[in-house]
Amino acid sequence: MSSSPSLNTWSDALSGFSIGWFPLGLVIVAVIPLVFIALYALTYGVYGERKISAFMQDRLGPMEVGFWGILQTLADILKLLQKEDIVPTAADKFLFVVGPGILFVGSFLAFAVLPFGPAFIGADLNVGLFYAVGIVAIEVVGILAAGWGSNNKWALYGAVRSVAQIVSYEIPASIALLCAAMMAGTLSMQQITVMQAGPNGFMHWFLFNNPIAWLPFLIYFISSLAETNRAPFDIPEAESELVAGYFTEYSGMKFAVIFLAEYGSMFMVSAIIAIAFLGGWTSPLPNIGGLELNTMTSGPVWGAFWIIMKGFFFIFVQMWLRWTLPRLRVDQLMYLCWKVLTPFALISFVLTAVWEIYR
Amino acid sequence: MSEYFSNIKTGTTTIATGMAITLKHFFNAVKRKGDAGIDDADYFRQVDGLCTLQYPKEVIPTPPHGRYRLYCNIDDCIGCRQCERACPVECIAIETIKTTNDDLAVCGKTSGGQQKRMWVPLFDIDTAKCMTCGICQSVCPTDCLYHTAVADFSEFDVRNMMYHFGNLSKIEAEAKRKKLAEQQAQAAKEKAAAGGAPAAKPAPKAAPQQKPDGAE
Repeated sequence: MSSSPSLNTWSDALSGFSIGWFPLGLVIVAVIPLVFIALYALTYGVYGERKISAFMQDRLGPMEVGFWGILQTLADILKLLQKEDIVPTAADKFLFVVGPGILFVGSFLAFAVLPFGPAFIGADLNVGLFYAVGIVAIEVVGILAAGWGSNNKWALYGAVRSVAQIVSYEIPASIALLCAAMMAGTLSMQQITVMQAGPNGFMHWFLFNNPIAWLPFLIYFISSLAETNRAPFDIPEAESELVAGYFTEYSGMKFAVIFLAEYGSMFMVSAIIAIAFLGGWTSPLPNIGGLELNTMTSGPVWGAFWIIMKGFFFIFVQMWLRWTLPRLRVDQLMYLCWKVLTPFALISFVLTAVWEIYR
Repeated sequence: MSEYFSNIKTGTTTIATGMAITLKHFFNAVKRKGDAGIDDADYFRQVDGLCTLQYPKEVIPTPPHGRYRLYCNIDDCIGCRQCERACPVECIAIETIKTTNDDLAVCGKTSGGQQKRMWVPLFDIDTAKCMTCGICQSVCPTDCLYHTAVADFSEFDVRNMMYHFGNLSKIEAEAKRKKLAEQQAQAAKEKAAAGGAPAAKPAPKAAPQQKPDGAE
């Protein structure tokens, strides 16, 4: 599976490790992203978002539990654990229970192809990017199962909106990612990243390598907001209209799992945009003469640091947008997707192809 | 077509402007917004920044002329019960006992120099009901009932919202009541002994003493 000898050394070593028949190494490879999602959702996802949104609105945010409210999320988790796990009597029990699971699995499966540094990736598929775009569509099934199974008009409306939105926005998102794939000439996530590595740091990134790369970059970013149901595209869970959208009826740990799935896919799209346009785990610092900043800040650990930092940066931008823009109307949402993003994505696709041929 | 592109342009510029504003506020979060009041000349020139007040820990002082919690200075109360009658929500409950002549000195005078003629064993204000309209304050002849600047008097138990201002304990009140009854009985007896319309006179006198003002 791995194509270059220095790539994926850690994950390859781990996957070869097993106790008897039990492939413990493979389990650990899967557990690492899972633990990462949980930790990041706890700290940066929930606490960070509450603080960032508070600061953007001149508020203080959680302040009571621990120093500057740092333990607030733990208190919330304890509360969620104690809550009664309600399944409405009129709900479709099977779909209701299975919905959050599918939702989380859908966002988690994409983590298999995210390279956490040059030495670690769940599975270095040669169709990694395609897999990541495709597997996320499973989330749609989970959302529809949750919304339909709840037997609640708000939930069903939220689910229907969400499905329409995610399916529509997959088209500009995929075309925008295709531009990056064209620039790299491969669909493997590791190879796309390797193509953007070099001694000049950020100068090798696709975003700065191509005069029109900013267009697919922007289009993918906007579409990824819609795919993760984040504001300003959060009409599936529009609080003022639909209570909470497709998870209106959920409580306790099922609610927490849905939230975890949302934060998981937030990081997933942020990591994909970082890999496709901003060089994934490569260091942004260039080598300046004898000062070899790029060489110093490369390597397996630095790689993990850079990809996570790039992901966090885009999550910050997502939060920033969320607390700036009001929610779109449904027709505006579809207008933006079909009449603005899709044509521009096609244009950028053609221009990228021309650039790649004649540069 | 030109409208299509101008829409995109407007969208982009407005989003950029909005995001710039949000980011400015985000970085201003290291500062606290000044606490100048609306009557300050610099109110609109204060720095941007956090404006949350962590209430129990930080408090904007209420103005000294604030009218919030009702307070009765019972030493000045003459037991006229005007406030009780004026209150639109009936949050004041008063009970009075007429002072016997030998107790007048003990009962004392108000700060305005007026002789008090009533013991006030019960002066209860249900602050949970009080709507701070201030009518009781305006009718009080000795200005002993007024709203204070204390604004936060929340309680965990609603029964604690009942404020007792009466100046006699239960035992004392019972003693005063007994003393008054004895004196009245004495006076009635003396009247009867003096002769002349013995049955007619004591009765109208006794009635207002039992229910001093409220009966009217």
